[in-house]
Amino acid sequence: MIRFIDVYKEYDNGTKALKGINLRIDDGEFVFLVGPSGSGKSTIIKLITGEIALTQGKLMVNGYSMSNISPRQVPLMRRTLGIIFQDFRLIDKKTVYENLSFAMRAIGASPRDVKRRIPYVLQLVGLEKKADRYPGQLSGGEQQRVAIARALVNNPNMIIADEPTGNLDPSRSLEIMMLLERINDLGTTVLVVTHEKNLVNRFTKRVVAIQDGRIINDETGGYYNGAKI
Amino acid sequence: MARRFDFKYYCSEGFHSIFTHGFMSFAAVCMIVACLLIMGSFSLVAVNLDHMLGDLEAENEFLAYVDESYTEEQAQALQSQIEAVPNVSQVTFVTRAEAMDDFRAGREDNELLESLPDSVLRDRFRIHVVDIEQLQATSEAVEEITGIAYVNAAYDIAQGFVMVRNIATGVAVVLVGILAVVSLFIIANTIKLATFYRREEIAIMKMCGATNAFIRWPFVVEGMILGLTGALVAFFVQWGVYELVAKAVIQSNGLSLLTILPFGSLALQFLLVFIVAGLLIGVVGSVLAIRKFLQV
Ligand SMILES: Nc1ncnc2c1ncn2[C@@H]1O[C@H](COP(=O)(O)OP(=O)(O)OP(=O)(O)O)[C@@H](O)[C@H]1O
Ligand SMILES: [Mg+2]
Repeated sequence: MIRFIDVYKEYDNGTKALKGINLRIDDGEFVFLVGPSGSGKSTIIKLITGEIALTQGKLMVNGYSMSNISPRQVPLMRRTLGIIFQDFRLIDKKTVYENLSFAMRAIGASPRDVKRRIPYVLQLVGLEKKADRYPGQLSGGEQQRVAIARALVNNPNMIIADEPTGNLDPSRSLEIMMLLERINDLGTTVLVVTHEKNLVNRFTKRVVAIQDGRIINDETGGYYNGAKI
Repeated sequence: MARRFDFKYYCSEGFHSIFTHGFMSFAAVCMIVACLLIMGSFSLVAVNLDHMLGDLEAENEFLAYVDESYTEEQAQALQSQIEAVPNVSQVTFVTRAEAMDDFRAGREDNELLESLPDSVLRDRFRIHVVDIEQLQATSEAVEEITGIAYVNAAYDIAQGFVMVRNIATGVAVVLVGILAVVSLFIIANTIKLATFYRREEIAIMKMCGATNAFIRWPFVVEGMILGLTGALVAFFVQWGVYELVAKAVIQSNGLSLLTILPFGSLALQFLLVFIVAGLLIGVVGSVLAIRKFLQV
């Protein structure tokens, strides 16, 4: 579960990126976070992942209070999240399988756990036949599916995706969204940042709209009208 | 999902990284070797000078030669007078025959000495002093005693050796300090480069929830392997160079005034010191290097 209570974020250079965010995302939800460029979407994601610290307010992420989390606890908090980026962030020198085992070894999983878990997630994202390929030998959509598999491999209770389809064409984008929907159906909370309104409107999900550091709309089964914003 | 100390993982990652950044690793090992070699060479010079000082037994003792007109009994009677001089700790009487035997010992192959009669040497006292700083004053006091012809043939040599040794030790300490810092810096940069190449991987690991310790260990292992490799290479190079120099010194000095310690007698200490120094440089260097990269 994620809870923002009156959160402000001001960057070192004085930019006020968030101006009083109140937001609650419960376990099992699927949420689109939408808004124009520079509105503060990535800032929200980075606060959740602990990459940056908040300036004022309170933020709870899966039971961890981000305003006074100790450095030792940050890794433990991150293990409850699966994080996906626009640019995939795969290791080019490692195969698909190695990329996933790398993520598992990073938190101390045993080789036995690795062997058991990876085939399952690869099958979930439909890449079981491409385990030995390198990222460079895959299409953009396939690479993003590897990244999703990696986010899932440590069995997080929440997937956080910042513009996961930003580098993909519309039909690949739709595939990725449908995959995330499927993962949500299997019980994982999903928070997706995007500004592709056509894509958002193909689904009937909760849509949180942000503009200039403030939430301006939050509708379940919502519709994202770019013009209105 | 055990969170255990994954030794195998750290080692394989550490090894892998060394070969990925082959050139920098090579440079780092070379630096450690150079550092240890210079440190080792100065230590060897100091150790040998020290040994030679001991060999001459000149460091804290001097000789007092008895007037030639004295018989052996008369000469021996001077002992109590010498013992009464301040700063004298021990007095040993050496007859001219014993002195000649001593001198010949270790120079058996020198034919010149064979024909020398004992009478070219005087009866003498071997006198130890408490405080080497007052060696001169003490030896002068002994010289005043009637029946003592003169004292202390090796005094200047002793002073010379002491000075050379002190300089060698001082230079060695300073150089080792500087070189240790330099090689630490180089190792830190090697590892920093490795972390730089791997910053993407590190970022991904952090994103997945890896702890700093987990990320740090492979680099520490890498530093240890570099340090250890440097130590072993330096040890064998040092050995080879030492043997060559020792051979040259022995050949160039016919009377064998200079005695060179065999490397074997120092090998174990050198190996241990090299390994400890190499590991220390490697580990400290790597920890310094990745401190910055872990702050995310
Ligand atoms: N590291 C930073 N230092 C200073 N200002 C920043 C930093 N990161 C973001 N900002 C500013 O904060 C505001 C919000 O940025 P943010 O990246 O959250 O926007 P966004 O909604 O993700 O935009 P986009 O859709 O283009 O990714 C912007 O004005 C941006 O310029
Ligand atoms: Mg953004």
